Amino acid sequence: MKFALFTGCVAKGATRELMMSTIKVAEGLDIEFVEMKSAACCGAGVIQEKNPLLTDAVNARSFAIAEEQNLDLVTICSTCQGNLKKSEQKIECNEEYKDKINHVLKDGGHQFEGGRIQIQHFANILLTDEAKKRLKEKVVRPLTGLKTAAFYGCYILRPSEFSPFDKPDDPTELEEIFEICGATPVDYESRTKCCGFPIIMMNKKASLDMAGNALADAVDSGADVIVTGCPLCHLNLDSYQPEAEALRKRDATIPILHLPQLVGLALGYSPRELGMDSHIVTPSVLEKIIGPAPAGSSHH
Amino acid sequence: MTTFRIKRFNPEKQPDPYWEEIDYDIPDGATLLDCLNDIKWTMDGTLSYRMSCRSAICGSCGMKANGHALLACQRQAEHLIKEGTDSITIEPMGNMPVVKDLVVDMEPFWDKVNQVKPFLKEEGERPEKERRQSPAEFKLIDDASTCIMCGCCYSDCNTLEVDKNFLGPAALAKAQRFVQDSRDTATNERIRELSESGGIWDCTHCAECVERCPKPAKPMDRIKEMMGVAIEEGVTNNNGARHALSFVKSVKHSGRVNENTLPLESMGYFNVKGLMELVPVGLRMLLKGKIPPIIHKNIDDVEDVRRIFRELGE
Ligand code: SF4
Ligand code: SF4
Ligand code: FES
Repeated sequence: MKFALFTGCVAKGATRELMMSTIKVAEGLDIEFVEMKSAACCGAGVIQEKNPLLTDAVNARSFAIAEEQNLDLVTICSTCQGNLKKSEQKIECNEEYKDKINHVLKDGGHQFEGGRIQIQHFANILLTDEAKKRLKEKVVRPLTGLKTAAFYGCYILRPSEFSPFDKPDDPTELEEIFEICGATPVDYESRTKCCGFPIIMMNKKASLDMAGNALADAVDSGADVIVTGCPLCHLNLDSYQPEAEALRKRDATIPILHLPQLVGLALGYSPRELGMDSHIVTPSVLEKIIGPAPAGSSHH
Repeated sequence: MTTFRIKRFNPEKQPDPYWEEIDYDIPDGATLLDCLNDIKWTMDGTLSYRMSCRSAICGSCGMKANGHALLACQRQAEHLIKEGTDSITIEPMGNMPVVKDLVVDMEPFWDKVNQVKPFLKEEGERPEKERRQSPAEFKLIDDASTCIMCGCCYSDCNTLEVDKNFLGPAALAKAQRFVQDSRDTATNERIRELSESGGIWDCTHCAECVERCPKPAKPMDRIKEMMGVAIEEGVTNNNGARHALSFVKSVKHSGRVNENTLPLESMGYFNVKGLMELVPVGLRMLLKGKIPPIIHKNIDDVEDVRRIFRELGE
């Protein structure tokens, strides 16, 4: 299993632990990632606000780079996933538009052919038959009893026409991964809602009310931990958690993990190896549940 | 047999809403509205909901099925049965007060549509015949014009759930229909008002409105278009526009977003109160080593990305 890894900006910036844990999990499952070091930002829906054609051209350049390597493109961020997919579909269904974009790309030596590579989130890769098989074999520390709440992130679900998941209104993909890791999925209403991050700079109160309500909902549903496939959700739910009123009223905190961190724990890596010491909300509750890594299970 | 779990509420009789379960055999091909009509006409005449056209035109029959807003007349009931169960959960739309059962008070929705001044503002003398538009000009407002004012987008909007001051998706889609109308002469004035608190920049991009809209109106896409107009019109003295400009600038420079300068530039370097708000989270992140490297690294071959930016006018 070999893929082109589209890291996105945040995994290289404020959530470097996402990158760390992704690499660990890939190692553990024998998945080869070729980092797309020359791929630019997906635009996060923001460049589109100023210049939609520019977003699509820059993204087409990234697709072309993956095509040149003959590798499917893998994202580790719900926001990258949604935005890349949107550009891809927009270009794919309009030959004229594609020509226009390829004309722009030409001088850089790239051409986007289309239809050759898939754009998928790491969660999709983990759920392929082969990866699932490997994961099942390699879980050395089943997360038994860990009540785990999924937080999907908007862009990977909506608009549903761009979603890589089967039923974006009622998704099951993250929960399926939790179960393979031995954890117990927790159902709660906010799992498909917005974390509020896109407006943290524009309307902080509304943004943190969204985050707070979701966190409180997960806590009220009995969750020990929230797991997300989106580093932007992680920023609002973790870095801003101390300021989220609705949760403070409950006098509670809840650790937020990146998806590969949860999988990494089940594979036997230590919280430190997965970068969990850099979280704002200390995931100490986890150590109580998972205990120290069993001897001899560490791959290093 | 399918169980219809319906949220019932008659404020004259009960202090709180309650769930009622009705077992019902869905006839072949019946829409959710067909089922509700049959239940009302043959089983329980007190069940209240709005409906009229039965063909997704009038916009009356908005309600929530399994937690998401839709037009009851537009969906086959059988397709709504929740997987792994034999039931459908039906509730009134969200973000609006309930009048009775599935009927909500749409006053807040209409208020906001009125707030965006949904009428053409023209200048100069009226032409003798009509004001003509080219097909390209019409295309800009075509999607927004398809809105049937059903409220489904308003019901599920994530910003509205926490901020009732937000104009909301339908009113903003309606606004776009005038902001980008070639015959309207108040573009700048409109976009100024829409850039204030509660306007375009308060949309959190949850895309619920796009997902729930039964028509091509898709409000979030319209909101994005207006953000472009705002920047074009130079209405940029607000955090939303500054954020977009800073974002584009940093990707042009390095191929990646600069997470250190983005918050500062969004607040504006002279906005002391805004900058102070960034201090607590900044400190928390600093202590955990989460602050992105101060030396912002470029992607490989950044020159090519810069070239694309230049070529496309940035
Ligand atoms: S995308 Fe914006 S307008 Fe649409 S539902 Fe979400 S917050 Fe509301
Ligand atoms: S924008 Fe769509 S969902 Fe919203 S009121 Fe209009 S038709 Fe209904
Ligand atoms: S009854 Fe008119 S839209 Fe459903």
